[in-house]
Amino acid sequence: MSGPDGREGRAALEIAGRALESRLILGTGGFRNLQVMAEAARESGAELATVAMRRVDPSARGSIVEVLEEAGLEVLPNTAGCFTAREAVTTAKLARDALETDWVKLEVIGDDRTLLPDPAELLVAAEELVADGFTVLPYTSDDPILARRLEDAGCAAVMPLGSPIGSGMGINNPYNLRLIIEQARVPVILDAGVGTASDAALAMEAGCDAVLLASAISRAADPVAMARAMRKAIEAGYEARAAGRIPRRLYAQASSPEEGLPELAAGDPQGPAHERETERAPSRP
Amino acid sequence: MTVVTLNGEPRELREPATVEIAVLAAGAPDGRGVAVAVDGEVVPRGEWATTAVRDGQQVEVLRAVQGGA
Repeated sequence: MSGPDGREGRAALEIAGRALESRLILGTGGFRNLQVMAEAARESGAELATVAMRRVDPSARGSIVEVLEEAGLEVLPNTAGCFTAREAVTTAKLARDALETDWVKLEVIGDDRTLLPDPAELLVAAEELVADGFTVLPYTSDDPILARRLEDAGCAAVMPLGSPIGSGMGINNPYNLRLIIEQARVPVILDAGVGTASDAALAMEAGCDAVLLASAISRAADPVAMARAMRKAIEAGYEARAAGRIPRRLYAQASSPEEGLPELAAGDPQGPAHERETERAPSRP
Repeated sequence: MTVVTLNGEPRELREPATVEIAVLAAGAPDGRGVAVAVDGEVVPRGEWATTAVRDGQQVEVLRAVQGGA
């Protein structure tokens, strides 16, 4: 987004040849209603929003797809709730037929309590969907080897979790995340675990290409305000990464020049402080 | 009458019982944003009108809802 405000260095995110200006992908789970969701979606700046596939409820009012499109977002169907490769593949095909998109956020969950991915089923589903022409964005554990296998299978991105879905614990294993980022040749999108803005900024500073989040916004006391905070945090983290942070060091590094310091200790019988013998405290026996 | 399991509930469908009739019965009159699986296999939108459903089949009629981590 090197627009008229002159913000250079903000390249678009590219997934499977498609450019996205926003590096925030919105999950739509957990919002009180579609109106709050739409407002938060606008405020977040996101261009993509996940949706789930569920049985038609004749009493339900309003179409989430229409509400998202009005807010300027495209839908990214997920396979949430699937426990096997077979369920996930069928769900992806249903979403393709219903929503006319061959993009899918692939989720294959191992159990209800942790909602952690089932790596074996996930890889099988990813291979089948890629072979069927889908653009596959898999929700994966933070295992660098699994991330590599998913990439080798032809996934368009890898989406490691920071911590379990909805836990708000942030990034539990920053070391693994670094390994995934270092080796990946496809975009790395942090998916799940973000609790507040600093978590999202840390993910971007670590080198993630984007962040997908839902609960952190949708279940915040003020979802619309949190959506705004997340947008800023993701932009700030991305720009800070691009700007190049200073290295961490143990001791201070003066930022004022040492040259030209005045001599102001003339009347002090002990002399200038920097010329005194340092008296160390006697070490204990 | 054909009796299928429609979105988890037993339902009688009027004849000729097709996927299209099942979609109507499920409460998705215009079929927009909807997808159908019969016994776990996707039936593409273009084949709804011509695909018959038989007694005892499981018909799932789905649409997009809020969801996602």
